[in-house]
Amino acid sequence: MAVVARRVRIEGIVQGVGFRPFIYRLARERQLAGTVLNDSQGVLIEIEGERRGIESFLAAIETELPPLASISGFQVVDSVPTGQSGFVIVESQSAQRRVAQIAPDSYVCPDCLRELFDPNDRRYRYPFINCTNCGPRYSIVTDIPYDRPLTTMVDFPMCPACQAEYEDPVSRRFHAQPNACADCGPQLTFADENGQLIAAAEPLVEAIERLRAGQIVAVKGLGGYHLAVDATNDEAVKRLRQRKHRDEKPFAVMAYNLEQICRFSHVSPGEERLLTSVERPIVLLRQRKDHGLSLEVAPKNKFFGTMIPYTPLHYLLLEQFHAIVMTSGNQGDEPIAFENSDAQNRLEGIADCYLQHNRRIHIRTDDSIARLLDGEPVLYRRSRGYVPRGVKLSGEQKPVLAVGAELKNTICLTRGDRAFLSHHIGDLKNQTVVDSMKQAIDHFQGLLEVQPTIIAHDLHPDYLSTHVAEELAGESNLVAVQHHHAHLASCLTDNGRNEAAIGVIFDGIGYGNDGHIWGGEFLVGDLYDFERVGQFAYRPMPGGDAATKEPWRMAVSYLQAVYGNKLPDLPFLQDVESSGLNLLLQMIEKQLNSPLTSSVGRLFDAVAALVGLRNRVSYEGQAAFELEMLIAASGEAEAPYRFDVVAAAGLLQIDAVPMIKALVADLRAGIEPAVVSARFHNGLAQTIVDVCRQIRGERGVLPVALSGGVFQNRYLTERSAKLLREAGFDVLLHRQVPPNDGGLALGQAVIAGARAGHE
Amino acid sequence: LGHGSGGKLSHQLLDELIIPTLSQVAQSDQNDAAILEGIDSTRLAFTTDSYVVDPIIFPGGNIGDLAINGTVNDLAMSGARPLAISVGLILEEGLALAELREVLQAMKAAADKAQVKIVTGDTKVVPRGKGDKIFINTSGIGVFDHDLKILGNAAKPGDKILINGSIGDHGMAVLASREGLDLQSDIATDSMALNHLVTKLLAEFGENVHVLRDPTRGGVATTLKEIALQSQVDICLQETELPITQTVAGACSILGLDPLFVANEGKLLAIIDAEKADAALALMRSQPEGGGAAIIGDVVEKSSGRVMMQTAIGGMRAIEMLAGEQLPRIC
Ligand SMILES: [Fe+3]
Ligand SMILES: [Mg+2]
Ligand SMILES: [Zn+2]
Ligand SMILES: [Zn+2]
Repeated sequence: MAVVARRVRIEGIVQGVGFRPFIYRLARERQLAGTVLNDSQGVLIEIEGERRGIESFLAAIETELPPLASISGFQVVDSVPTGQSGFVIVESQSAQRRVAQIAPDSYVCPDCLRELFDPNDRRYRYPFINCTNCGPRYSIVTDIPYDRPLTTMVDFPMCPACQAEYEDPVSRRFHAQPNACADCGPQLTFADENGQLIAAAEPLVEAIERLRAGQIVAVKGLGGYHLAVDATNDEAVKRLRQRKHRDEKPFAVMAYNLEQICRFSHVSPGEERLLTSVERPIVLLRQRKDHGLSLEVAPKNKFFGTMIPYTPLHYLLLEQFHAIVMTSGNQGDEPIAFENSDAQNRLEGIADCYLQHNRRIHIRTDDSIARLLDGEPVLYRRSRGYVPRGVKLSGEQKPVLAVGAELKNTICLTRGDRAFLSHHIGDLKNQTVVDSMKQAIDHFQGLLEVQPTIIAHDLHPDYLSTHVAEELAGESNLVAVQHHHAHLASCLTDNGRNEAAIGVIFDGIGYGNDGHIWGGEFLVGDLYDFERVGQFAYRPMPGGDAATKEPWRMAVSYLQAVYGNKLPDLPFLQDVESSGLNLLLQMIEKQLNSPLTSSVGRLFDAVAALVGLRNRVSYEGQAAFELEMLIAASGEAEAPYRFDVVAAAGLLQIDAVPMIKALVADLRAGIEPAVVSARFHNGLAQTIVDVCRQIRGERGVLPVALSGGVFQNRYLTERSAKLLREAGFDVLLHRQVPPNDGGLALGQAVIAGARAGHE
Repeated sequence: LGHGSGGKLSHQLLDELIIPTLSQVAQSDQNDAAILEGIDSTRLAFTTDSYVVDPIIFPGGNIGDLAINGTVNDLAMSGARPLAISVGLILEEGLALAELREVLQAMKAAADKAQVKIVTGDTKVVPRGKGDKIFINTSGIGVFDHDLKILGNAAKPGDKILINGSIGDHGMAVLASREGLDLQSDIATDSMALNHLVTKLLAEFGENVHVLRDPTRGGVATTLKEIALQSQVDICLQETELPITQTVAGACSILGLDPLFVANEGKLLAIIDAEKADAALALMRSQPEGGGAAIIGDVVEKSSGRVMMQTAIGGMRAIEMLAGEQLPRIC
């Protein structure tokens, strides 16, 4: 028998995720000898034995990978057999600096779940059960290297039983940093509305009773607090809406398992995979007609944002419920609460009581939100479960800090050939969010051990993120990046590309190079630079941000383009005071606080108002989302509205006038809004293809990247992608990062990196 | 108005209109420089400002009283008692004499009311198209009757922030009038001199008054941000306490403008020791310039100079200076 030896070097998320015990098991199973150790780059394996065994061992590393591990580099070289026997895990040298990646927080693995409900297990119903294959990571890490003293688990010295598991290489809990049990680990407590501990109560039992009684329970989870109420209790959900000042924005719900979810939502196999993935995002699922949940959960919505439990505590809490609302524990636009004392301050007047625990959350992470689009998941919000997983870049670049956009802010740090997009920080309207953004920057720089000297920010002079960049600048180079170029670069990077592409960037709004407000752009560009080759013809946005909150303003703006000040008498105008309407028309005429915009997001708003959906929105993107949901099942068959495309001054101008005319004629002829919406969507999709063909005619064959907040619209995205593919285009959609501003920082970072590389 | 060559026409304008309207100085006493006598102070305040506004006449005032009040207020905000003012007029050929007369009369009335003298001046007429009806520069000198140091860097944690009345009136009045906007009811400028009010505040509260500032261009938001940066403190406003008239609020709402960034010309922000804040508020309210006074926020702590506002629904909005106009930001 010929003995061969190999040295295997593995990079990626391979520490703190049960990787060494996994390798140990694979080697033992195949009677191979050698060692495995953690070092600064990841994991190093020396393996020797019979050739076939080694081949099978190497294959198994990739096929049987532990759930939380992910491999970004895998290198095998021949080495010389030493004739040793047995396989051992070598302790890491403590002095060594470890820069391996921190794993995201994750679900409860099947083994832990089994133990949780096994009356004979020593962790039976212990709400903080975890192992190297599951549990908290990112949210409890205070510093690197990832070791118990540098996590918030430092507060809990392990009991002998836990310590023994921790030290046993064959245990699932070997070096599981959050390892704990009821004897030594975190404990639940229950507090009343004033934050007074109720010692007599069994916390979990008490919380369940309160939920049953319709109370609002603040539940401390993995990345922060949730506000929970029974999702079938109309009054309770209504009360939560009132107290949270949240009018219509849908609440997320959590249900015990798939079977429960199928009672109120339709679940496709792809959605099932997404729901049960280790990341456990909130998944947008189509509601069943007979869903049985309170209509207040998601008013005027055809979807439920749904998740299944991702911590042991959630499992224990959910056991007896159909579904509970689990919405972020915050007021309005404040960041989610995550510290016990802070939660009581900030949730005062909202929560009736608190189910909390004493495991500190170091970094808050909101739930991630995903949807199936074109058969694959797309993220609307990338946070818990995904962060801080890196995005592979096309090559090494200088370290960059990118500070992202104003809304849905995330920041991005690059190190080597990876970009690390932060957890969801939120809308930078509030000081608390700005402060938490600065903390996130510090924390991220600490974890990744990079201090970039290049800071990328949006071109918008008044974004609060721009102010933060200026504040942090010091000796660093500030790089201003145009918003929609960043969207394009984000989409390219998301798809592992770095070549030039056509960027179809349909968005809310972004500050343009010409000082106008962009948002319906056709760019040709790469990671370094771009050129605008097409745009939707500018329309005034009367009142600036007020036009985003009140879609009727854009409806009037578009009508005015066609009919002047003699507007056709459409139903949506009945809800508008005539004095206000006159003033708005004057504003448009006099260009008074009416910045020009090419935004397709605002065009969606206009159409939503025109068909009578709504004149005002209570949350971002509401009108556009409702317009999408309106589309009839026969939608694909409806004739598209026509947009004019005219070449002017080297720019393809897309004019919505013919579309508006046809739409108004349809409305007057009594055509259903559902059909109007379909014709509008189809018209946009057709226009995308037409314009891309024209660009191809002039510029040659290029892939097409679809990015910007509008491409959260499943109907538009799928139809556009289909038509583009039929026309022979290579279509790039977002997969790892959101198409909305939550993915913007990635684009900013790679553009600044590309520019630094050109110097 | 004809083109001024510095010759007869200009002289005629001065002799027949400007000097008789503005100045106590007899035309025969006209010299190249005004001589200020009887000032025995070792500390003087000196300021200058230029006024360009379209239209030059708007509800509640015109560019003339604006120019006087503005310079009086700049002096008053340093704690000085305004004494003398210079007026530089740049007139565009074609300006109606009646309009000029109205402006001059308003200047005179404003100066009288503020008890300052217009002691020197200059007039130029530029060809049509080289100006915009009328530009005014005013400079002013004030004296200190006390040793107080009223400076932008003197805000202290714990202080209260007072304002003497409603915000946004001036900016909205000028805008509505310029654009001929059909608002439900008229908005008039708040332009007025605040030196008497300041004198009373200082006489009563002296060292308890830390900062005085008139929130003109850029509005209350920009002015407070400047103070926060100068004093290296955090400032927290209460949205529900901001005095704002319904008309201004309504106009701002339809126009999509944030009244916090709209200009005022008869308002002062006073940052005062907390224990004297209520008394100062009462004093303000007893005065003609402060009927609508309010305590609108607090200086909360030493820091890098953040300004935030507790909103009606409980959020804590971050406020920064704007680069230029109010631009849309919501994606
Ligand atoms: Fe965007
Ligand atoms: Mg001034
Ligand atoms: Zn586990
Ligand atoms: Zn234990």
